[in-house]
Amino acid sequence: MKISRMHIVTQAVLLITGLAMLFPFFWMIATSFKTGREVFSLSLIPQNPTMENYQELFTNSNFPLWFLNSVLCGFIVTLSTLFFDSLVGYTFAKYRFRGKKLIFILILSTMMIPTEMLVIPWFIMSNDLGWANTYWGIIFPGMMSGFGTFLMRQFFDSVPNDLIDAGRIDGLNEFDIWRRICMPLVKPALSALAIFTFVGNWNAFLWPLIVINDIYKYTLPVGLSFFNGEFQTEWEMVMTGASVATIPVLIIYLIFQKQIIKGIALTGIKG
Amino acid sequence: MRKQRTLSRSRELWAYAFLAVPIVFYVVVRFYPSIFAFYLSLTDWDIVSRDKGFVGFENYARLFSDSVFRKTLFNTIRYVVVGLPASMFLGFVLAYNINKLTFGSSLYKTVFFMPYITSMVAVAWVWRWLYQPPPVGVFNNILVAIGLPSQQFLRSIGQAWISILVTTVWADLGFQMIILLAGLKGIPDEYYEAARIDGAGNMQILRKITLPLLKPTAIFLLISGTIRYLRIFTQVMNMTSQGDGGPLNSTKPLVLYIYDTAFKSFEMGYSAAMTVVLFFIILVITLIQMRVTRSEDQ
Repeated sequence: MKISRMHIVTQAVLLITGLAMLFPFFWMIATSFKTGREVFSLSLIPQNPTMENYQELFTNSNFPLWFLNSVLCGFIVTLSTLFFDSLVGYTFAKYRFRGKKLIFILILSTMMIPTEMLVIPWFIMSNDLGWANTYWGIIFPGMMSGFGTFLMRQFFDSVPNDLIDAGRIDGLNEFDIWRRICMPLVKPALSALAIFTFVGNWNAFLWPLIVINDIYKYTLPVGLSFFNGEFQTEWEMVMTGASVATIPVLIIYLIFQKQIIKGIALTGIKG
Repeated sequence: MRKQRTLSRSRELWAYAFLAVPIVFYVVVRFYPSIFAFYLSLTDWDIVSRDKGFVGFENYARLFSDSVFRKTLFNTIRYVVVGLPASMFLGFVLAYNINKLTFGSSLYKTVFFMPYITSMVAVAWVWRWLYQPPPVGVFNNILVAIGLPSQQFLRSIGQAWISILVTTVWADLGFQMIILLAGLKGIPDEYYEAARIDGAGNMQILRKITLPLLKPTAIFLLISGTIRYLRIFTQVMNMTSQGDGGPLNSTKPLVLYIYDTAFKSFEMGYSAAMTVVLFFIILVITLIQMRVTRSEDQ
Protein backbone atom coordinates (compact mmCIF):
# COMPACT_ATOMS: atom_id res chain seq x y z
CA MET A 1 0.00 0.00 0.00
CA LYS A 2 1.34 3.41 -0.93
CA ILE A 3 1.81 5.87 1.91
CA SER A 4 -0.27 8.89 0.99
CA ARG A 5 0.26 12.47 2.04
CA MET A 6 -2.88 12.27 4.20
CA HIS A 7 -1.34 9.37 6.02
CA ILE A 8 1.75 11.37 6.92
CA VAL A 9 -0.37 14.28 8.17
CA THR A 10 -2.41 11.88 10.31
CA GLN A 11 0.75 10.33 11.72
CA ALA A 12 2.18 13.75 12.55
CA VAL A 13 -0.99 14.99 14.25
CA LEU A 14 -1.34 11.78 16.27
CA LEU A 15 2.30 11.94 17.30
CA ILE A 16 1.96 15.51 18.59
CA THR A 17 -1.32 14.71 20.36
CA GLY A 18 0.28 11.63 21.90
CA LEU A 19 3.22 13.61 23.22
CA ALA A 20 0.81 16.18 24.65
CA MET A 21 -1.15 13.38 26.35
CA LEU A 22 2.06 12.08 27.89
CA PHE A 23 3.18 15.52 29.06
CA PRO A 24 1.80 15.15 32.62
CA PHE A 25 3.68 11.84 32.96
CA PHE A 26 6.96 13.35 31.67
CA TRP A 27 6.46 16.28 33.99
CA MET A 28 5.73 14.14 37.02
CA ILE A 29 8.75 11.88 36.52
CA ALA A 30 11.11 14.72 35.57
CA THR A 31 10.13 16.70 38.65
CA SER A 32 10.66 13.72 40.93
CA PHE A 33 14.36 13.92 39.99
CA LYS A 34 14.64 17.67 40.49
CA THR A 35 15.91 19.54 43.54
CA GLY A 36 13.58 21.86 45.43
CA ARG A 37 15.30 24.88 43.93
CA GLU A 38 14.72 23.71 40.38
CA VAL A 39 11.10 22.67 40.69
CA PHE A 40 9.57 25.71 39.02
CA SER A 41 11.86 25.85 36.02
CA LEU A 42 10.10 24.98 32.80
CA SER A 43 12.69 22.46 31.72
CA LEU A 44 11.73 18.84 31.18
CA ILE A 45 15.23 17.59 31.89
CA PRO A 46 16.57 18.14 35.42
CA GLN A 47 19.78 20.20 35.51
CA ASN A 48 21.18 18.28 38.45
CA PRO A 49 19.26 15.00 38.53
CA THR A 50 18.97 13.73 42.08
CA MET A 51 17.63 10.65 43.85
CA GLU A 52 17.21 12.64 47.07
CA ASN A 53 13.43 12.85 46.79
CA TYR A 54 13.12 9.09 46.50
CA GLN A 55 15.57 8.57 49.37
CA GLU A 56 13.61 11.02 51.48
CA LEU A 57 10.33 9.34 50.56
CA PHE A 58 11.54 5.84 51.34
CA THR A 59 13.35 6.68 54.58
CA ASN A 60 11.37 9.51 56.17
CA SER A 61 7.80 8.73 55.23
CA ASN A 62 5.40 5.83 55.40
CA PHE A 63 5.46 5.27 51.66
CA PRO A 64 7.26 1.90 51.82
CA LEU A 65 4.64 0.69 54.23
CA TRP A 66 1.74 1.98 52.11
CA PHE A 67 3.35 0.38 49.10
CA LEU A 68 3.51 -3.00 50.84
CA ASN A 69 -0.07 -2.62 52.10
CA SER A 70 -1.27 -2.02 48.55
CA VAL A 71 0.71 -4.99 47.22
CA LEU A 72 -0.58 -7.28 49.98
CA CYS A 73 -4.24 -6.29 49.63
CA GLY A 74 -3.96 -6.34 45.84
CA PHE A 75 -2.59 -9.87 45.83
CA ILE A 76 -5.15 -11.31 48.22
CA VAL A 77 -8.10 -9.68 46.43
CA THR A 78 -6.79 -10.83 43.05
CA LEU A 79 -6.18 -14.42 44.13
CA SER A 80 -9.57 -14.65 45.82
CA THR A 81 -11.37 -13.12 42.84
CA LEU A 82 -9.64 -15.47 40.40
CA PHE A 83 -10.44 -18.53 42.50
CA PHE A 84 -14.08 -17.80 43.30
CA ASP A 85 -15.13 -16.08 40.08
CA SER A 86 -13.74 -18.88 37.95
CA LEU A 87 -15.24 -21.58 40.19
CA VAL A 88 -18.66 -19.89 40.17
CA GLY A 89 -18.44 -19.11 36.45
CA TYR A 90 -17.57 -22.73 35.78
CA THR A 91 -20.46 -23.98 37.88
CA PHE A 92 -22.92 -21.85 35.91
CA ALA A 93 -21.40 -22.89 32.58
CA LYS A 94 -21.21 -26.64 33.17
CA TYR A 95 -23.74 -27.81 35.78
CA ARG A 96 -27.48 -28.22 35.87
CA PHE A 97 -29.11 -27.69 39.23
CA ARG A 98 -32.25 -26.27 40.73
CA GLY A 99 -32.30 -22.49 41.19
CA LYS A 100 -29.45 -22.00 38.71
CA LYS A 101 -31.05 -19.23 36.69
CA LEU A 102 -32.25 -17.29 39.72
CA ILE A 103 -28.89 -17.46 41.51
CA PHE A 104 -27.07 -16.42 38.34
CA ILE A 105 -29.32 -13.41 37.79
CA LEU A 106 -28.98 -12.39 41.43
CA ILE A 107 -25.17 -12.53 41.22
CA LEU A 108 -25.17 -10.55 37.96
CA SER A 109 -27.52 -7.96 39.41
CA THR A 110 -24.91 -7.06 42.03
CA MET A 111 -23.00 -5.30 39.22
CA MET A 112 -25.73 -2.66 39.25
CA ILE A 113 -25.31 -1.78 42.91
CA PRO A 114 -23.07 1.28 43.21
CA THR A 115 -20.25 0.92 45.75
CA GLU A 116 -21.33 4.28 47.17
CA MET A 117 -24.54 2.73 48.45
CA LEU A 118 -22.69 -0.12 50.14
CA VAL A 119 -19.88 1.77 51.87
CA ILE A 120 -22.02 3.06 54.76
CA PRO A 121 -23.35 -0.42 55.67
CA TRP A 122 -19.88 -1.92 55.17
CA PHE A 123 -18.47 0.73 57.49
CA ILE A 124 -21.04 -0.05 60.18
CA MET A 125 -20.47 -3.79 59.72
CA SER A 126 -16.71 -3.34 59.97
CA ASN A 127 -17.06 -1.37 63.17
CA ASP A 128 -19.41 -3.92 64.73
CA LEU A 129 -17.26 -6.90 63.77
CA GLY A 130 -13.89 -5.30 64.55
CA TRP A 131 -12.83 -5.20 60.90
CA ALA A 132 -12.30 -1.43 60.80
CA ASN A 133 -8.64 -0.49 60.57
CA THR A 134 -7.56 -3.97 59.47
CA TYR A 135 -6.32 -5.39 56.17
CA TRP A 136 -9.31 -7.72 56.17
CA GLY A 137 -11.51 -4.61 56.31
CA ILE A 138 -9.92 -3.30 53.11
CA ILE A 139 -10.09 -6.69 51.42
CA PHE A 140 -13.46 -8.26 52.19
CA PRO A 141 -15.71 -6.25 49.82
CA GLY A 142 -13.60 -7.27 46.81
CA MET A 143 -13.26 -11.01 47.41
CA MET A 144 -15.54 -11.82 44.46
CA SER A 145 -17.21 -9.90 41.66
CA GLY A 146 -20.31 -10.32 39.55
CA PHE A 147 -18.37 -9.04 36.55
CA GLY A 148 -15.60 -11.64 36.88
CA THR A 149 -18.17 -14.40 37.33
CA PHE A 150 -19.91 -13.36 34.14
CA LEU A 151 -16.62 -13.12 32.25
CA MET A 152 -15.45 -16.57 33.38
CA ARG A 153 -18.79 -18.18 32.60
CA GLN A 154 -18.52 -16.93 29.02
CA PHE A 155 -15.09 -18.50 28.66
CA PHE A 156 -15.94 -21.81 30.34
CA ASP A 157 -18.92 -22.11 28.01
CA SER A 158 -16.54 -22.81 25.16
CA VAL A 159 -14.70 -25.61 26.97
CA PRO A 160 -15.86 -28.90 25.34
CA ASN A 161 -17.99 -31.16 27.55
CA ASP A 162 -16.15 -34.20 26.17
CA LEU A 163 -13.04 -33.14 28.05
CA ILE A 164 -14.98 -33.00 31.29
CA ASP A 165 -16.53 -36.41 30.65
CA ALA A 166 -13.09 -37.82 29.85
CA GLY A 167 -11.90 -36.55 33.21
CA ARG A 168 -14.86 -38.24 34.91
CA ILE A 169 -14.05 -41.55 33.20
CA ASP A 170 -10.48 -41.20 34.43
CA GLY A 171 -11.90 -41.03 37.93
CA LEU A 172 -11.11 -37.42 38.74
CA ASN A 173 -13.49 -35.76 41.17
CA GLU A 174 -15.43 -32.69 40.04
CA PHE A 175 -13.14 -30.21 41.80
CA ASP A 176 -10.04 -31.70 40.17
CA ILE A 177 -11.74 -31.65 36.77
CA TRP A 178 -12.23 -27.92 37.19
CA ARG A 179 -8.76 -27.31 38.58
CA ARG A 180 -6.63 -29.62 36.43
CA ILE A 181 -8.53 -29.85 33.14
CA CYS A 182 -10.61 -26.72 32.68
CA MET A 183 -8.63 -23.96 34.39
CA PRO A 184 -5.57 -24.32 32.09
CA LEU A 185 -7.89 -23.86 29.09
CA VAL A 186 -9.08 -20.41 30.15
CA LYS A 187 -5.69 -18.91 30.99
CA PRO A 188 -6.14 -15.83 28.73
CA ALA A 189 -9.37 -14.93 30.52
CA LEU A 190 -7.76 -15.54 33.90
CA SER A 191 -4.84 -13.26 33.12
CA ALA A 192 -7.16 -10.51 31.88
CA LEU A 193 -9.28 -10.79 35.02
CA ALA A 194 -6.15 -10.83 37.20
CA ILE A 195 -4.81 -7.64 35.63
CA PHE A 196 -8.14 -5.77 35.87
CA THR A 197 -8.66 -6.83 39.45
CA PHE A 198 -5.15 -5.96 40.55
CA VAL A 199 -5.05 -2.58 38.83
CA GLY A 200 -8.56 -1.68 39.95
CA ASN A 201 -7.66 -2.59 43.49
CA TRP A 202 -4.31 -0.79 43.33
CA ASN A 203 -6.11 2.42 42.35
CA ALA A 204 -9.14 2.04 44.66
CA PHE A 205 -9.66 5.08 46.83
CA LEU A 206 -13.11 5.50 48.39
CA TRP A 207 -13.42 2.35 50.50
CA PRO A 208 -9.83 2.21 51.87
CA LEU A 209 -10.22 5.90 52.73
CA ILE A 210 -13.31 5.09 54.79
CA VAL A 211 -12.30 1.88 56.53
CA ILE A 212 -8.74 2.83 57.57
CA ASN A 213 -7.87 5.50 60.14
CA ASP A 214 -4.50 4.15 61.13
CA ILE A 215 -1.83 5.89 59.05
CA TYR A 216 0.30 2.74 59.02
CA LYS A 217 -2.43 0.74 57.32
CA TYR A 218 -3.22 3.17 54.49
CA THR A 219 -3.04 1.87 50.95
CA LEU A 220 -0.98 3.85 48.45
CA PRO A 221 -3.75 6.10 47.03
CA VAL A 222 -5.04 7.01 50.48
CA GLY A 223 -1.50 7.56 51.76
CA LEU A 224 -0.65 9.65 48.70
CA SER A 225 -3.73 11.82 49.15
CA PHE A 226 -2.95 12.32 52.84
CA PHE A 227 0.77 12.89 52.26
CA ASN A 228 0.11 15.43 49.52
CA GLY A 229 -2.27 17.33 51.75
CA GLU A 230 0.59 17.68 54.27
CA PHE A 231 3.38 18.47 51.82
CA GLN A 232 1.50 20.34 49.16
CA THR A 233 4.00 23.16 48.87
CA GLU A 234 6.88 20.75 48.28
CA TRP A 235 5.82 19.80 44.79
CA GLU A 236 8.93 17.74 44.08
CA MET A 237 7.89 15.42 46.95
CA VAL A 238 4.29 15.30 45.74
CA MET A 239 5.51 14.32 42.25
CA THR A 240 7.83 11.69 43.70
CA GLY A 241 4.93 10.18 45.65
CA ALA A 242 2.75 10.25 42.53
CA SER A 243 5.54 8.53 40.56
CA VAL A 244 5.87 5.78 43.16
CA ALA A 245 2.11 5.18 43.03
CA THR A 246 2.03 5.21 39.23
CA ILE A 247 5.18 3.49 38.02
CA PRO A 248 4.34 -0.10 39.16
CA VAL A 249 1.03 0.01 37.29
CA LEU A 250 2.70 1.56 34.26
CA ILE A 251 5.26 -1.27 34.22
CA ILE A 252 2.52 -3.90 34.46
CA TYR A 253 0.68 -2.03 31.74
CA LEU A 254 3.65 -1.83 29.38
CA ILE A 255 4.40 -5.54 29.83
CA PHE A 256 0.81 -6.71 29.36
CA GLN A 257 -0.47 -3.89 27.11
CA LYS A 258 -1.67 -6.25 24.37
CA GLN A 259 -3.72 -8.38 26.76
CA ILE A 260 -5.03 -5.37 28.66
CA ILE A 261 -6.14 -3.51 25.56
CA LYS A 262 -7.66 -6.65 24.06
CA GLY A 263 -9.34 -7.47 27.36
CA ILE A 264 -10.77 -3.96 27.69
CA ALA A 265 -12.09 -4.06 24.16
CA LEU A 266 -13.59 -7.48 24.83
CA THR A 267 -15.33 -6.67 28.04
CA GLY A 268 -15.49 -2.90 28.13
CA ILE A 269 -14.59 -2.51 31.76
CA LYS A 270 -11.79 -1.70 34.13
CA GLY A 271 -11.55 -3.70 37.38
CA MET B 1 -31.48 -45.21 34.46
CA ARG B 2 -31.14 -45.17 38.22
CA LYS B 3 -27.38 -44.84 37.91
CA GLN B 4 -27.93 -41.81 35.67
CA ARG B 5 -30.17 -40.18 38.24
CA THR B 6 -27.76 -40.64 41.15
CA LEU B 7 -24.97 -39.28 38.99
CA SER B 8 -26.80 -36.10 38.14
CA ARG B 9 -27.85 -35.87 41.78
CA SER B 10 -24.24 -36.04 42.90
CA ARG B 11 -23.21 -33.42 40.36
CA GLU B 12 -25.96 -31.15 41.63
CA LEU B 13 -24.47 -31.52 45.10
CA TRP B 14 -21.05 -30.58 43.74
CA ALA B 15 -22.56 -27.47 42.15
CA TYR B 16 -24.11 -26.41 45.45
CA ALA B 17 -20.82 -27.10 47.23
CA PHE B 18 -18.98 -24.84 44.76
CA LEU B 19 -21.56 -22.11 45.27
CA ALA B 20 -21.86 -22.30 49.07
CA VAL B 21 -19.19 -19.76 50.04
CA PRO B 22 -20.00 -17.35 47.17
CA ILE B 23 -23.70 -17.38 48.07
CA VAL B 24 -22.87 -16.47 51.66
CA PHE B 25 -20.57 -13.73 50.35
CA TYR B 26 -23.13 -12.19 48.02
CA VAL B 27 -25.84 -12.27 50.68
CA VAL B 28 -23.66 -10.80 53.44
CA VAL B 29 -21.54 -8.33 51.45
CA ARG B 30 -23.90 -7.25 48.66
CA PHE B 31 -27.60 -7.90 49.34
CA TYR B 32 -27.83 -7.39 53.07
CA PRO B 33 -25.88 -4.08 52.91
CA SER B 34 -28.13 -2.88 50.06
CA ILE B 35 -31.24 -3.55 52.10
CA PHE B 36 -29.56 -2.05 55.13
CA ALA B 37 -28.86 1.15 53.15
CA PHE B 38 -32.57 1.42 52.30
CA TYR B 39 -33.45 0.91 55.95
CA LEU B 40 -30.86 3.46 57.14
CA SER B 41 -32.28 6.02 54.72
CA LEU B 42 -35.52 5.89 56.74
CA THR B 43 -33.77 6.73 60.02
CA ASP B 44 -31.99 9.73 61.48
CA TRP B 45 -29.08 7.68 62.78
CA ASP B 46 -25.90 9.66 63.58
CA ILE B 47 -23.58 6.77 64.49
CA VAL B 48 -23.12 8.03 68.09
CA SER B 49 -26.56 7.23 69.42
CA ARG B 50 -27.42 3.62 70.09
CA ASP B 51 -30.92 3.77 68.62
CA LYS B 52 -31.80 4.41 65.04
CA GLY B 53 -34.84 6.71 65.15
CA PHE B 54 -37.33 5.83 62.44
CA VAL B 55 -38.32 8.95 60.54
CA GLY B 56 -40.08 7.52 57.48
CA PHE B 57 -39.43 9.47 54.31
CA GLU B 58 -38.27 12.60 56.11
CA ASN B 59 -34.72 12.31 54.72
CA TYR B 60 -36.07 12.20 51.19
CA ALA B 61 -38.28 15.21 51.84
CA ARG B 62 -35.24 17.04 53.20
CA LEU B 63 -33.35 16.39 49.95
CA PHE B 64 -35.83 18.56 48.07
CA SER B 65 -35.15 21.60 50.24
CA ASP B 66 -31.40 21.01 50.62
CA SER B 67 -29.68 23.60 48.43
CA VAL B 68 -26.31 21.84 48.67
CA PHE B 69 -27.88 18.61 47.44
CA ARG B 70 -29.45 20.42 44.52
CA LYS B 71 -26.15 22.13 43.78
CA THR B 72 -24.20 18.85 43.84
CA LEU B 73 -26.82 17.12 41.71
CA PHE B 74 -26.56 19.97 39.23
CA ASN B 75 -22.74 19.75 39.24
CA THR B 76 -22.87 16.01 38.70
CA ILE B 77 -25.26 16.28 35.77
CA ARG B 78 -23.04 19.01 34.34
CA TYR B 79 -20.05 16.66 34.51
CA VAL B 80 -22.04 14.00 32.66
CA VAL B 81 -23.55 16.29 30.03
CA VAL B 82 -20.38 18.25 29.22
CA GLY B 83 -17.61 15.77 29.98
CA LEU B 84 -18.95 12.56 28.50
CA PRO B 85 -19.75 13.89 24.99
CA ALA B 86 -16.35 15.61 24.94
CA SER B 87 -14.49 12.42 25.79
CA MET B 88 -16.59 10.33 23.40
CA PHE B 89 -16.02 12.80 20.58
CA LEU B 90 -12.27 13.01 21.14
CA GLY B 91 -12.10 9.24 21.59
CA PHE B 92 -13.86 8.83 18.25
CA VAL B 93 -11.58 11.27 16.43
CA LEU B 94 -8.58 9.32 17.73
CA ALA B 95 -10.07 5.90 16.97
CA TYR B 96 -11.14 6.95 13.47
CA ASN B 97 -7.67 8.18 12.56
CA ILE B 98 -5.77 5.37 14.26
CA ASN B 99 -7.96 2.86 12.43
CA LYS B 100 -6.77 4.24 9.08
CA LEU B 101 -3.07 3.89 9.90
CA THR B 102 -0.97 1.28 8.15
CA PHE B 103 1.63 1.22 10.92
CA GLY B 104 2.11 2.50 14.47
CA SER B 105 -1.46 1.97 15.64
CA SER B 106 -0.52 -0.21 18.61
CA LEU B 107 1.91 2.45 19.84
CA TYR B 108 -0.83 5.10 19.80
CA LYS B 109 -3.25 2.76 21.54
CA THR B 110 -0.68 2.24 24.29
CA VAL B 111 -0.04 5.96 24.68
CA PHE B 112 -3.63 7.19 24.70
CA PHE B 113 -4.86 4.47 27.01
CA MET B 114 -2.13 5.03 29.59
CA PRO B 115 -3.91 7.75 31.62
CA TYR B 116 -6.96 5.53 32.08
CA ILE B 117 -4.97 2.89 33.91
CA THR B 118 -3.16 5.37 36.17
CA SER B 119 -4.19 6.01 39.78
CA MET B 120 -6.69 8.88 39.80
CA VAL B 121 -5.19 10.23 43.04
CA ALA B 122 -1.77 10.57 41.39
CA VAL B 123 -3.32 12.03 38.23
CA ALA B 124 -5.31 14.57 40.24
CA TRP B 125 -2.24 15.83 42.13
CA VAL B 126 -0.09 16.14 39.02
CA TRP B 127 -2.82 18.19 37.33
CA ARG B 128 -3.44 20.18 40.51
CA TRP B 129 0.13 21.33 40.26
CA LEU B 130 -0.12 22.09 36.55
CA TYR B 131 -3.10 24.37 37.34
CA GLN B 132 -1.47 26.35 40.19
CA PRO B 133 -1.16 30.17 39.92
CA PRO B 134 2.19 31.62 38.77
CA PRO B 135 5.04 31.17 39.56
CA VAL B 136 4.17 27.64 40.72
CA GLY B 137 1.80 26.21 38.13
CA VAL B 138 3.21 24.95 34.87
CA PHE B 139 0.28 26.03 32.67
CA ASN B 140 0.40 29.55 34.03
CA ASN B 141 4.17 29.68 33.61
CA ILE B 142 3.74 28.70 30.00
CA LEU B 143 0.97 31.28 29.50
CA VAL B 144 3.14 34.01 31.03
CA ALA B 145 6.18 32.93 29.02
CA ILE B 146 4.31 33.36 25.74
CA GLY B 147 2.81 36.65 26.86
CA LEU B 148 -0.76 35.62 27.70
CA PRO B 149 -2.59 36.58 30.90
CA SER B 150 -2.40 34.02 33.71
CA GLN B 151 -5.57 32.13 34.61
CA GLN B 152 -7.24 31.27 37.91
CA PHE B 153 -8.03 27.65 36.97
CA LEU B 154 -8.92 25.73 40.17
CA ARG B 155 -9.38 28.93 42.18
CA SER B 156 -12.27 30.43 40.22
CA ILE B 157 -15.88 29.34 40.30
CA GLY B 158 -16.14 29.64 36.54
CA GLN B 159 -13.01 27.67 35.66
CA ALA B 160 -12.59 25.11 38.45
CA TRP B 161 -15.20 22.61 37.25
CA ILE B 162 -13.95 22.87 33.67
CA SER B 163 -10.37 22.34 34.82
CA ILE B 164 -11.39 19.22 36.73
CA LEU B 165 -13.34 18.03 33.73
CA VAL B 166 -10.35 18.51 31.42
CA THR B 167 -8.34 16.21 33.70
CA THR B 168 -11.22 13.71 33.79
CA VAL B 169 -11.58 13.67 30.01
CA TRP B 170 -7.80 13.34 29.62
CA ALA B 171 -7.90 10.27 31.85
CA ASP B 172 -11.01 8.84 30.23
CA LEU B 173 -10.79 9.28 26.47
CA GLY B 174 -8.37 6.37 25.96
CA PHE B 175 -11.10 4.04 27.17
CA GLN B 176 -13.59 5.46 24.67
CA MET B 177 -10.94 5.15 21.96
CA ILE B 178 -10.21 1.46 22.64
CA ILE B 179 -13.88 0.48 22.62
CA LEU B 180 -14.60 2.55 19.50
CA LEU B 181 -11.60 1.01 17.73
CA ALA B 182 -12.99 -2.43 18.48
CA GLY B 183 -16.31 -1.24 17.04
CA LEU B 184 -14.62 0.12 13.90
CA LYS B 185 -12.70 -3.13 13.42
CA GLY B 186 -16.04 -4.94 13.48
CA ILE B 187 -17.30 -3.18 10.34
CA PRO B 188 -16.58 -5.45 7.33
CA ASP B 189 -14.29 -4.00 4.65
CA GLU B 190 -16.77 -5.01 1.93
CA TYR B 191 -19.14 -2.25 3.08
CA TYR B 192 -16.49 0.39 2.48
CA GLU B 193 -15.46 -1.13 -0.83
CA ALA B 194 -19.03 -1.29 -2.05
CA ALA B 195 -19.58 2.33 -1.06
CA ARG B 196 -16.41 3.39 -2.86
CA ILE B 197 -17.46 1.58 -6.04
CA ASP B 198 -20.73 3.49 -5.81
CA GLY B 199 -18.66 6.66 -5.73
CA ALA B 200 -19.15 7.71 -2.10
CA GLY B 201 -16.64 10.21 -0.63
CA ASN B 202 -14.93 9.94 2.76
CA MET B 203 -17.49 12.17 4.48
CA GLN B 204 -20.41 10.24 2.99
CA ILE B 205 -18.92 6.91 4.05
CA LEU B 206 -18.45 8.26 7.57
CA ARG B 207 -22.03 9.54 7.78
CA LYS B 208 -23.83 6.74 6.00
CA ILE B 209 -21.81 3.67 6.98
CA THR B 210 -19.36 4.15 9.84
CA LEU B 211 -21.50 6.13 12.27
CA PRO B 212 -24.74 4.11 11.89
CA LEU B 213 -22.85 0.83 12.32
CA LEU B 214 -21.14 2.17 15.45
CA LYS B 215 -24.47 2.80 17.15
CA PRO B 216 -24.40 -0.24 19.46
CA THR B 217 -20.85 0.65 20.56
CA ALA B 218 -21.89 4.25 21.13
CA ILE B 219 -24.88 3.19 23.22
CA PHE B 220 -22.66 1.04 25.41
CA LEU B 221 -20.20 3.92 25.87
CA LEU B 222 -22.99 6.38 26.59
CA ILE B 223 -24.50 4.23 29.32
CA SER B 224 -21.29 3.05 30.96
CA GLY B 225 -19.87 6.56 30.69
CA THR B 226 -22.94 8.13 32.26
CA ILE B 227 -22.58 5.81 35.23
CA ARG B 228 -18.84 6.54 35.49
CA TYR B 229 -19.30 10.32 35.31
CA LEU B 230 -22.20 10.20 37.79
CA ARG B 231 -19.78 8.69 40.29
CA ILE B 232 -17.00 11.30 39.93
CA PHE B 233 -15.35 11.71 43.32
CA THR B 234 -11.61 11.04 43.62
CA GLN B 235 -10.39 13.81 41.32
CA VAL B 236 -12.55 16.48 42.96
CA MET B 237 -11.54 15.40 46.46
CA ASN B 238 -7.86 15.59 45.50
CA MET B 239 -7.88 18.69 43.30
CA THR B 240 -9.83 21.11 45.50
CA SER B 241 -8.30 22.60 48.62
CA GLN B 242 -9.17 20.57 51.74
CA GLY B 243 -11.05 18.28 49.38
CA ASP B 244 -14.14 20.40 49.88
CA GLY B 245 -15.40 20.58 46.29
CA GLY B 246 -14.88 24.34 46.25
CA PRO B 247 -14.62 27.14 45.54
CA LEU B 248 -18.09 27.56 47.07
CA ASN B 249 -19.21 24.01 46.19
CA SER B 250 -18.87 24.84 42.51
CA THR B 251 -17.10 21.54 41.76
CA LYS B 252 -18.68 19.33 44.41
CA PRO B 253 -20.21 16.17 42.94
CA LEU B 254 -22.96 14.09 44.53
CA VAL B 255 -20.60 11.36 45.76
CA LEU B 256 -18.40 13.87 47.57
CA TYR B 257 -21.47 15.26 49.33
CA ILE B 258 -22.49 11.71 50.24
CA TYR B 259 -19.01 11.10 51.65
CA ASP B 260 -18.96 14.33 53.66
CA THR B 261 -22.46 13.81 55.04
CA ALA B 262 -21.68 10.29 56.19
CA PHE B 263 -18.06 10.50 57.29
CA LYS B 264 -17.58 14.15 58.28
CA SER B 265 -20.95 15.13 59.75
CA PHE B 266 -21.94 11.52 60.53
CA GLU B 267 -25.52 11.91 59.30
CA MET B 268 -25.67 8.27 58.23
CA GLY B 269 -29.42 8.19 57.59
CA TYR B 270 -29.42 11.29 55.42
CA SER B 271 -26.37 10.18 53.48
CA ALA B 272 -27.92 6.74 52.93
CA ALA B 273 -30.96 8.45 51.42
CA MET B 274 -28.69 10.14 48.89
CA THR B 275 -27.02 6.83 48.00
CA VAL B 276 -30.46 5.35 47.41
CA VAL B 277 -31.22 8.20 45.01
CA LEU B 278 -27.94 7.46 43.20
CA PHE B 279 -28.86 3.79 43.08
CA PHE B 280 -32.20 4.53 41.43
CA ILE B 281 -30.64 6.87 38.89
CA ILE B 282 -28.16 4.12 37.92
CA LEU B 283 -30.92 1.50 37.91
CA VAL B 284 -33.06 3.55 35.52
CA ILE B 285 -30.09 4.11 33.20
CA THR B 286 -29.26 0.39 33.23
CA LEU B 287 -32.88 -0.52 32.45
CA ILE B 288 -32.90 1.94 29.55
CA GLN B 289 -29.73 0.29 28.25
CA MET B 290 -31.26 -3.19 28.44
CA ARG B 291 -34.35 -1.93 26.64
CA VAL B 292 -32.36 -0.18 23.89
CA THR B 293 -29.93 -3.06 23.30
CA ARG B 294 -32.79 -5.53 23.18
CA SER B 295 -34.66 -3.52 20.54
CA GLU B 296 -31.37 -3.18 18.63
CA ASP B 297 -31.04 -6.96 18.54
CA GLN B 298 -34.46 -7.52 17.08
